[in-house]
Order: sequence, then C-alpha cells, then structure tokens
Amino acid sequence: MSLAPFPALLPALPEIFLAIAAMILLMIGVYSRQEQSARIVSYASIVVLIITLILVGIITDGRTLTFGGAFVSDTFGLFIKTLVLIASSATILISRDYLIMHGINRFEFPVLIVLATLGMLMMVSANDLISLYLGLELQSLSLYVMAAFQRDSTRSAEAGLKYFVLGALASGLLLYGLTLVYGFSGTTNFDSLTKLFTSEHVDVPIGITIGIVFIVSGLAFKVSAVPFHMWTPDVYEGAPTPVTAFFAIAPKIAAMGLFIRIMTGPFGQLAGEWQQIIIFISIASMILGAFAAINQRNIKRLMAYSSIGHMGYALIGMAVAGQLGDTATRADGIYGMLIYLAIYLFMNLGTFTCILLMKRNSRMVENIEDLAGLSKTNPAMAAALTIFMFSMAGIPPLAGFVGKLYIFQSAIRAELFGLAIIGVLASVVGAFYYLRIVKVMYFDKPEEEFDQPVSLEMNGVIIVTGAVTLFLILFPGPLLMGAAAASAALFPG
Amino acid sequence: MIIQTLAFYLFSIITIVAAVMVISARNPVHSVLFLILAFFNSAGLFVLLGAEFLAMVMVVVYVGAVAVLFMFVVMMLDVNIAELRQGFLQYLPLGGIVGLVLLMELAVVAGGFVISPEVSERFAAPIPVPSDIANTEALGNIIYTKYVYFFQAAGIILLVAMIGAIVLTHRSREGTRKQRISNQVNRRPEDTIEIKKVSTGSGI
Repeated sequence: MSLAPFPALLPALPEIFLAIAAMILLMIGVYSRQEQSARIVSYASIVVLIITLILVGIITDGRTLTFGGAFVSDTFGLFIKTLVLIASSATILISRDYLIMHGINRFEFPVLIVLATLGMLMMVSANDLISLYLGLELQSLSLYVMAAFQRDSTRSAEAGLKYFVLGALASGLLLYGLTLVYGFSGTTNFDSLTKLFTSEHVDVPIGITIGIVFIVSGLAFKVSAVPFHMWTPDVYEGAPTPVTAFFAIAPKIAAMGLFIRIMTGPFGQLAGEWQQIIIFISIASMILGAFAAINQRNIKRLMAYSSIGHMGYALIGMAVAGQLGDTATRADGIYGMLIYLAIYLFMNLGTFTCILLMKRNSRMVENIEDLAGLSKTNPAMAAALTIFMFSMAGIPPLAGFVGKLYIFQSAIRAELFGLAIIGVLASVVGAFYYLRIVKVMYFDKPEEEFDQPVSLEMNGVIIVTGAVTLFLILFPGPLLMGAAAASAALFPG
Repeated sequence: MIIQTLAFYLFSIITIVAAVMVISARNPVHSVLFLILAFFNSAGLFVLLGAEFLAMVMVVVYVGAVAVLFMFVVMMLDVNIAELRQGFLQYLPLGGIVGLVLLMELAVVAGGFVISPEVSERFAAPIPVPSDIANTEALGNIIYTKYVYFFQAAGIILLVAMIGAIVLTHRSREGTRKQRISNQVNRRPEDTIEIKKVSTGSGI
C-alpha cells in the first residue's frame, strides 16, 4: 500500500492558520471568565487577522496551485484578501462599543467574523466549482448567524431569517448553475474549464449558457446587484449596525473577487454569453441605487441603496472585462474595478464608524434628521462625514472620484459609451442624497448632542479612513501598482 | 444464492409493510417507530447490493439523527391525527389522480431510460473493480487525499452551524441552582451552625 502524496500546504497557509486560530479562539472564549472572554477574544481576533494578512503577503509568489488544483494562490487573491482582512479587523474594532451597549457583547461575535473571513479567503482562492461553493457557504452561514445576533430584538431576528431564506434560495440557484456547468463539461476544475472553452468555444452547449446565467444570478445576489437586491435594505436596517457595516464591506468585496475570478477565468472566453447580463445588472443597479435612495430617512437603508449603486459602478469593470478582443482593455476593466473596491472599503468603513457614533443618551439613532446641526455640536465628526459623503458622490479631489474615473475610463476605452454615460448621470443623481446629508449637518437647526466621549479605536478608524479618502489622490502609487499587478495576474500573456 | 434471495424478500417485505404502517398507524409515535424499522430494513437491502457504506450512513444518519428528530417533534407537537384525517375521503379523488399522473410519468421516464452505449469509454479515471476494494475503503482512499480540502472545508461549515445554533438559542437562565461540589465541601460548621448556651430550665 503506497501512501498518497501529501498536498502542498504552503499556498494555503493563511487559510489553515486562520482556521486553526478560529478554533483556538473559540476555546479561549469558552474557557476564560465570562466577563473577560469577549474582550480577550476580540483583541486576539484582530491580532490573528493581522498575522493572516502578513502571511498572505509573505507566501504569495506568482501563481501556485495546491490540493489537486482546487486552491489557487496568486497576486489577484493577495489584493482582494488584503482588502477583506482590513475590513474584517476594522469591523471587530468598531463593533465593541455597540455590542457592549446592547448587552450582546459575546465572544462568539469576533469568532464568527474570523470564520466568515476564512470563508471569504477560501472563495477568493477557489479554483474549483466545489471549493467556490464551500467557501461561499462558509461565509454566508456565518453571516446569517451574525444578522440575527441581537436575538432579543425582533428586527434583528427578522433580518436574520430574511437573509437566511433568500440566501438559501440564491445558493440553490448558484448550485444549480454549477451542476449544469459540470454536467455539460464533465469537470469542476477552473483550469480544465478554461482549457475546454478556449479550445472549442465555437459551439458552446446551451446547458453551459444556462448554467452561467444561474451562476451570475446567485453571485449577483451575494453582491446585492439589481434585480437580486430586495433583501438588502431590510437586512441592513434590521441587523445590528456593526454587522451591517461588515455586510456592506467585506462580503461584497470577497463576492466581487469570486465573481471576477470565475467570469474572467473559466468563462473568460464565453464573454459573449454573459457580458450583456452584466451590462444589464450594472445599469439597473446604478439607476436603482441613485433613485431609490432619495426618499430614505433611515441612514442604514440609505447606505444599503448606496452600496447597491456602488456595486453597479464596480460591475462596469466586469462588463469591460467581457469585451472580447484586446487583453489589455479587458485587464483595464478589472484594474478599475479593483481600485473602486479598495476605495469603497475605506469610504464605507469611515461612514459606518460615523453611523455607529450616532447615539444619544445611550441609545442609537438612525435617522438622517438626527444629524441636524452636527457641524455646531461636533465639528470634527461632521467634517469626517462630509469627506466620506463627498467621496461617495465622486467629487474631486477625493478618493471616490479616483475610483469612478478609472472605471469610466476603462468603459470608454472599451467603447461601452452607454454604460459610461448612464454611470455619470446616475452618479449625478446619487450626489443629491449624499449632499443632502452634508446640508442637514451644516445648515439645519442643531439637535441634541451625540454621546461623548468617543473611544480611541473609533477615532483612530475615522482618522485613518478619512486620511486615506482625502489624500489618496496625492499618493495613489501603492494602490494603483497593487491593482495593476492583481489584474495582470488574471490575464496572463 | 438462495439465502440472498430469501434475505432480499424478507427485507423488502418488512420495508414495504413498515412503510404502509408509517402512514396508517393511528399513533404518530408508532409511525416513527415503523419508520425506523423501514430504515433498518432498507439498510439491509443496501448491504445485499454491496453498498455497505450507504447502509452504515442510512443507520447512522436516518435512524440516529433524522428519526430521533422526528420523534422529538412528534412528542413535542402533540398532533391530533383524528383532526388531520378529517376530509380524507373528500380529497381522495384529487390526490388519487395526482398520484396516478406521477406514476405514469415515472413509468414513461423509466421505460425510456437508456444508458448511452459509449458511456463506458468516457470515464476519465479507472474505477476500481468492485471485487478489489470495498466501497468504504474506496471512499476513504480519496476523501482524505484528493478531496481533503473539500472535506475539511465542509467540517468547518458544520462547526459554524454548531456555533450558530448555540449563539442563537442558548440562554444562561438566572436563578437556576447548580450543585457546586467545591462549595459544599468547603463549607464549615461555623458558617451554618450557631452554638448557643442554653441555660437549664428556660427556652432560647
């Protein structure tokens, strides 16, 4: 009896480390004293995520496969994983106050974030239909639990249930698509699929096309693109605010990473089959994100529509990558998309930290009117929120402008003029509701002050994200270089 | 050969009878018990087919988990069968027609089912000959080697499911009195007993 070869573990080292660390954190939480456990596990989780970030940076060296080709580690993965890990650790940092205030300060919260992050890393590194699905489910399952984390609140429980039922439906759609692709191609491995579709892309069986449509639907649900966005506002409003902040950032970036990987990888040569779908969901998301947010009074709902709109802009890059022909143009679309996602991370992180600071007499307030006159009562916070809102609206010289610039440029270079024009128009409409928040803060009669003092962590997060948003245009080098290397890794040769 | 045939008929008859009893027993608890009987006998059928892994899974998963869960639900919900039975005759014609249509469709599909003649040439990897290796062993050979990543990932998903169930349902109730043996052992007579000198002839 010969022993099977041992799989190379090094490419998956960050994931393995994170999985083992999550179990150790769980043990620490269970066996330490009840009052202490949440604090210890929270800070330990942040350390674990930072170590994982370092590991990801160290081990990524070109494109390496392991576990029989089911797992890939490459520069593209490095970029997305960096964003995801930053988002997850920052979320743990800003969630502490809220959790303590609402009496749900339990050590399972950071552990679930760590496990969800593990799922996201696995998604981004998926090189097989099965690993794609398993990573996605690991992430989603943790998120369902987190949405219902504040279990004494009916709204949180409702959000969890809604997200679970609709998420299970989306998983079903996705799984159906995956089985169709497997059934008509006979393989689940991305590299084999790429080879198959490159060699005989003349006559693609109809089953593959239908499978791709289902996969796009399932993934569009995960990034909450129109017409699969219905769950977003309700879940964002009902879930505890730190969870909403997490939902809006890390899973979206990870799902976009997975989306990019599967669409440009195995289905890259079949772009003719999926490009029009992406164009449609991109336009629909931008328009809905711009118009539906106008009437919102609750800032969490507003952020939900805003994130739908942002996903629409990011998907422009995917549509560009679906423009068959010049590889440089296609890589350009992904390049713009990665820059957009990175900037989206910082803008949203800052905005949600500000939302988490909206509390009066130890109660959270969530309406836009509650921000009235913030410039008088708390000028620093008003200034920070103004930076984020201007950036989201895409006003130069802030970071949001840079993101939109690269995305629209790539669309024009790929001669997708319609997309670029609609995008610019939608961002003009969207500017209305972002600027309305600024107007409420600076020109309306002051309301009662928000609770002081603000914890050091939250101040730190606001200052860092605000500085990135404000000064990115002066030092864009590292971001642009990272995104260029990452997008080039997807289009070799 | 004759023993196998006999065993097959024994298992099949018991499975079918138990299945009929599941839907006709008056007491829901009896229904679940018959369901377990049906599961055991179908596991026996799997063993006859040479699929011993499936038989084990059948017993462990269906009998060990699913049936117990059913039993739990049945006992907790206290279903009134007589109420459910009401209007049985009224719905019988419609239900019968639906059943008949499904049966006919099944017959059409099963009748038209042909295995593609070239399928045996299309297999990418050689399948081990069944007599060479038991199917539990065959599964074991790949699940920890070729599919170790998927297997471990699925394990972590189950861990998350467990954490989720505990987070969302476990409550530490106030005011429950747990036995703390260390407290009992550490207790000293001075803590509880007060010794008083009672003078003779008078009360306390």
